[in-house]
Amino acid sequence: MSATLAILGMAVLTFGIKAVVFILGDRIAFSPTAKQALGFVPVTVLTAIIVPMVLAPHGQGLELTWRNPQLVAACFAVVVCAATRHQLLTIMLGLVAFFGWQFGWGL
Amino acid sequence: MTQPPVRSTFFLAGARDTVPMLVGAAPFGMIFGALVGTAQLAPWQGQLMSLSVFAGSSQFIAVGLMAGLASLPVIWLATVIVNLRHMLYAAALLPHVQHLPARWRWVLGFLLTDETYAVMDGYYRKHPHAPLGHWYFLGSGLAMYTNWQCWTLVGLLFGAVFPQLQTLGLDFAMVVTFIAIVVPQLARTPHLAAAMAAGAVAYLLKELPYKLGLTAAVAAGVGVGLLLTRLRPGVSVQRSAA
Repeated sequence: MSATLAILGMAVLTFGIKAVVFILGDRIAFSPTAKQALGFVPVTVLTAIIVPMVLAPHGQGLELTWRNPQLVAACFAVVVCAATRHQLLTIMLGLVAFFGWQFGWGL
Repeated sequence: MTQPPVRSTFFLAGARDTVPMLVGAAPFGMIFGALVGTAQLAPWQGQLMSLSVFAGSSQFIAVGLMAGLASLPVIWLATVIVNLRHMLYAAALLPHVQHLPARWRWVLGFLLTDETYAVMDGYYRKHPHAPLGHWYFLGSGLAMYTNWQCWTLVGLLFGAVFPQLQTLGLDFAMVVTFIAIVVPQLARTPHLAAAMAAGAVAYLLKELPYKLGLTAAVAAGVGVGLLLTRLRPGVSVQRSAA
């Protein structure tokens, strides 16, 4: 049941973070530096999660090759997203590229 | 207006103005539900996470960490780091919420998400003194909550009907979802550099136990971002939503 414990712990922590400012009101304040630091959190966390998954999808060494469907489709998705700024389109075309590349090369 | 403002009117307006966000969140909820099986979680545990945590990015990350057999402290630390941005949202909305009774502030705090923050920010800019603005807030938050539960369930059912999806590399759906969140934020140089630093450190330290490399990567990325912001005083740093 450690998964349930993990989930309930996440729930308590998340609620605390979301609600603490509303509950404590003016008694909590952020320095400008803290605000700036928090602004960088989303990009860094998400990038840190996906880069190892894309570069070494099998948890072994670096797979910097066109035969790595994760890498090819991720690069494609970055281009689509930068060009269109459209989230859903990026997700759909990225998945199509991934599955297409995977099956196309019989990997 | 001859009629006095009615609570339900505000509530429904909040829900209505959140509809574009509901559509945007739907695939995320569904992908989350479908990924739950990859983390050795029972379907009810996936739904429990959506019901009790209600924070999409951290739910995705937790599923990824659980699939990688990360320890409880790492999962909780990642949850805290990823969700810290909500404190910024709450600080920005606080002037409009401060006067409410405690139970209202607890409920609205729980319902706070990236999407509802965006809707409320726009609303309070246009109506800074709306007396029933908290009903609008509740409408937006509850619409997001209900929507998230429904799409989580759809994803759970989908994952149960097609269990082979996991071996097809469905976790790539998470990668591409994160790309769609991150890339629009990279237009500013400090954010681009922060992301590159985080990605590099995460890759180099990926062998560290308990996913400690992730924590180090975030620290490095935030450090680089702050440094570049200092070096380029003309660059304004704004809140970024994920």
